[in-house]
Amino acid sequence: MYSLLVKEFKIELRRKSVVAGLLLHLLSMVFISYLAFALKQNLLSPVVWGALFWITVLFTAINTVAKSFIGEKRGQDIYYYSIASPIDILMSKIIYNSILCLILALTGYFFFTLFLSDPVQDKLIFISTLTLTAIGFASSLTLLSGIASKANNSNILMAVLSFPVVISILLMAIKITRNCLDGLDPGVSYNPMLLLLAINCLVTAISYLLFPFIWKS
Amino acid sequence: MKSNWWKIVSVALLVYTIIGGLLFEVPRLNIVNETIRALYFHVPMWFGMVVLFLTSCIYAIKFLRNPHFKNDVYSVEFANVGLVFGILGIVTGMIWANYTWGSPWHGDPKQNGAAIALLVYLAYFILRGSVNNEEQRARLSAVYNIFAFVAMIPLIFIIPRMTSSMHPGNGGNPGFNMYDLDSKMRMVFYPAVIGWILLGVWITSLRIRMKLLEEKINNLEDEKSK
Repeated sequence: MYSLLVKEFKIELRRKSVVAGLLLHLLSMVFISYLAFALKQNLLSPVVWGALFWITVLFTAINTVAKSFIGEKRGQDIYYYSIASPIDILMSKIIYNSILCLILALTGYFFFTLFLSDPVQDKLIFISTLTLTAIGFASSLTLLSGIASKANNSNILMAVLSFPVVISILLMAIKITRNCLDGLDPGVSYNPMLLLLAINCLVTAISYLLFPFIWKS
Repeated sequence: MKSNWWKIVSVALLVYTIIGGLLFEVPRLNIVNETIRALYFHVPMWFGMVVLFLTSCIYAIKFLRNPHFKNDVYSVEFANVGLVFGILGIVTGMIWANYTWGSPWHGDPKQNGAAIALLVYLAYFILRGSVNNEEQRARLSAVYNIFAFVAMIPLIFIIPRMTSSMHPGNGGNPGFNMYDLDSKMRMVFYPAVIGWILLGVWITSLRIRMKLLEEKINNLEDEKSK
């Protein structure tokens, strides 16, 4: 499993264009929102900031994770199938994707502060929410990407399938973000964060159980 | 499920629900007034939907354990009828909301949750439509079915309970609790729930039989053409 994880990173470093593409995608999304609000900075209330931020992160995450199975060449999966157990493959992909999502989310946050503003008052809670959400996105989307890669029009399917599933994660994240933006007492956010963690555990456990079945086909 | 008694029970309960639901005395509450009768038709739809989706999920698990064509058909048809119940539930809810809240779509957390739950199952049917290989389609959709059902649990059972809502039964609004759902309403409500669920199962069993027969005919024709 460890070697699989290392392999994911090595492949990623070899295909620099993909990471660069994702970063550029992120940058252009932030830039569009910047241009849209360029003249009316005062319109950008914390609520709007939160909405823009999570939409950007969500779409970047979907694109990031989607390529983990869809991007793989035909035949490559048969090779993996013969050398590793499905659980190891899934776990290495989830860990790798959550790290990548986290990096992209943090970069997104950096771009947002650079171009727009930084209304976040409680940094610690916000960053930990980002981490939890990145893990949640990675674990749910990895399985869905596996499903979508077997179907015909994978890219559209990926968006359609993932939207309803990640929405509960996203709703909790938006709620906590709103607390952070309003500068509420951190104690208010603990409960939703706990729920977020619970959803993460649930989703990961289900992926763990179900993945061998899609891998078989 | 071949016997007929439960179908008769279903029809009897539903006739009783319609007559009782429209004619019996109901408590007068502020704002809600006579629309409280929606309880007999709107709420059982959600009970029915959850039961049907749960059954669909169970058959999906069964399919993964024992990949047999029959289990897949069961799972799909339960999801199908569950979706119909969900749509009916949302439509009856919208009619009710039009009279009490003033507009059919009010952005209430429960409404949004219900809409997302329906999107999940619409996505499920799109997934089925876009895989060609039959065996693969069955397996992938079974996996998605289980996954979506589990992901739906926090969405429709936990989050709506944490946020405030205008839906009856929430935040001090009159609704489904001890003191204003008096025993007279229970007399109609519980039979209504059972009646609607049985009706859903009945429709599903008819559709399953139709599907299995279609498959049989196809197989026979294939053999003939050989």
